[in-house]
Amino acid sequence: MASLLSVIVSIVFHGLAYAMVLYVISVGLSLTMGMLNFVNLAHGVFAMAGGYAALWIMKAQGAPFTLALLMSALLVALASIVLERLLYRRLYGAGELDQTLMTIGLIFMATAAAHFAFGPLPQRVDLPPVISGHFFVAGRDFPTYRAFLIAAGCVMFLVLWFGIERTLVGARIRAAVDNRSMAQCVGINTSRLFTTVFALGSGVAGLGGGLGADIIAIAPGYAMEHLIYFLIVVSMGGLGSITGAFVAALILGIGDTACKILIPEVGAFFVYAAVFVVLLIRPAGLFGRTT
Amino acid sequence: MTSIGAEQQSLARGFRLPELLPWLALCALYVFLPELLPLGTQILVMIIFALSLDLLLGYTGIVTLGHAAYFGVGAYTSGMLAVAGWDGPFTGLAAGATAAAVAGFVMGLVILRTKGLALLMLGMAVTLIFYELANHFPAWTGGADGLQGISVKPIFGLFEFDMYGKVGFAYAALVLLACLLFVRHLVLSPFGRSLVGIRENATRMTAIGVPVQQRKLIAFSIAAGIAGMAGALSAQTNQFVGLNVLSFELSGTVLIVLVLGGAGRLYGAFLGAPIYFAAQDILAKGDPVYWLFWLGLILIVVATFARGGVLGLYGSLMQRFAAQRLRLKRGNP
Repeated sequence: MASLLSVIVSIVFHGLAYAMVLYVISVGLSLTMGMLNFVNLAHGVFAMAGGYAALWIMKAQGAPFTLALLMSALLVALASIVLERLLYRRLYGAGELDQTLMTIGLIFMATAAAHFAFGPLPQRVDLPPVISGHFFVAGRDFPTYRAFLIAAGCVMFLVLWFGIERTLVGARIRAAVDNRSMAQCVGINTSRLFTTVFALGSGVAGLGGGLGADIIAIAPGYAMEHLIYFLIVVSMGGLGSITGAFVAALILGIGDTACKILIPEVGAFFVYAAVFVVLLIRPAGLFGRTT
Repeated sequence: MTSIGAEQQSLARGFRLPELLPWLALCALYVFLPELLPLGTQILVMIIFALSLDLLLGYTGIVTLGHAAYFGVGAYTSGMLAVAGWDGPFTGLAAGATAAAVAGFVMGLVILRTKGLALLMLGMAVTLIFYELANHFPAWTGGADGLQGISVKPIFGLFEFDMYGKVGFAYAALVLLACLLFVRHLVLSPFGRSLVGIRENATRMTAIGVPVQQRKLIAFSIAAGIAGMAGALSAQTNQFVGLNVLSFELSGTVLIVLVLGGAGRLYGAFLGAPIYFAAQDILAKGDPVYWLFWLGLILIVVATFARGGVLGLYGSLMQRFAAQRLRLKRGNP
């Protein structure tokens, strides 16, 4: 009985930490998808770039972990503005196919670039001693890093929720997600707003890449290997829904961890089957609006 | 999109001389460059596979990143049947195609309810599910080592598969011809026209009484069936099926092949596959990572500047020439 409890605790704990990383990385994609319906498969590239940047800043500049994370998020956000102006903007009105192709092309180029710059192997993560150990609660020990991830993910959710639901900029974003042409009619500059949201989403993804570097290893194949998980979070949660992405990330993170621990042989199979069932019942996602 | 309508009109007038070109090229390859036949067979398989995707993507407008799933189902079905002793070449093809079409129908029931990002995701998830299945039943599929020991009876009981790939090439060309005639007939039929209508405006098609969802599902099943036939052909000519037939890479490759040649055009795949393999041969020298880089660049350029691929560029050039000639005729250059 005690062992069952400890398995459950371990699943929930590790699952939560994984879910938070997935959430932080994917939430930006959900917002940009909801706003402009742009099929941006290259979203993981920003997370990967954030991971590489954070680790490089820590290693080469000796910056502390949190500072490195914030700096890398900022760098990724700036780089994403450049990409948005140069490439994404050209394809706003274009079909799904062209957007898919362009963003897959970006993934390929980013993968090759990462391979050239950092080699094929996953990056080593040296966590600061403050969060690399364990701590004891109720006779059980927990890895501090994962607790830190859970806290960081919850803070991020609350900040985003407050920002989107309770501020003027957030109201504009929600308006643009709901009905872009109507938002334009009432005088919202949706083009600039989209650039802002795109940069914000990419920056947050970059932050997620750095935060989760010890769970989702930073390697050249990052953007492609984990793409399916980001897409699951976004489409299961419902496009443009911050809460939806959070709930979907929780389900996916805990479900995936549970399957991998309890039934390792067929673990991955169950996750995809569950996604099928959810989308069969609700094709627009859990929190998506059916239009 | 007008040029695609024009293509359909010219196809509908009957077979034209340019449609013979690919077949002449294949004959020339067979006679003059016999050492290239094994590669040529791979290209033929890819053309059939891309042709099936064209039906889905080019004509019906369903963007998917999971088409390899059906190629893999076809490959494994015919491969496992051949290992078990069912070794007729054409019945193996039919079995592969049928299994893939059934898989496509069942998956299509769920996948086609969604659109956009969710549809892309589910397509990828299907491929991953099949991959996991193939990986976890090594007793049947050979698992990570691949399925070995596939041998197929001589074609028509006369032509045995030789080690130079001559018979394999001719066989693949024959299957391609059959697939092309079928798809050509299909896209020119009222059913094919309704698929194009769905691509252009699904709401309007619903309004004039077309059962859009049902048509999409039929198109999806047919495309899956042809993809399965391509997979079965690949299993028979390679005498091997590896797990890579169920990979995301293959789904990506076939998409790129189709787009390079021109999606929504019957002969797009015929141009895209050789271009892809030639480019890979030139650009991947020494390091596959270079190839990935160039492939990415090609994709971005095609998506932003050259929509419609090679055939699309050709079409718009022809339109420009025609317009110029018209202007010259009117006397105001």
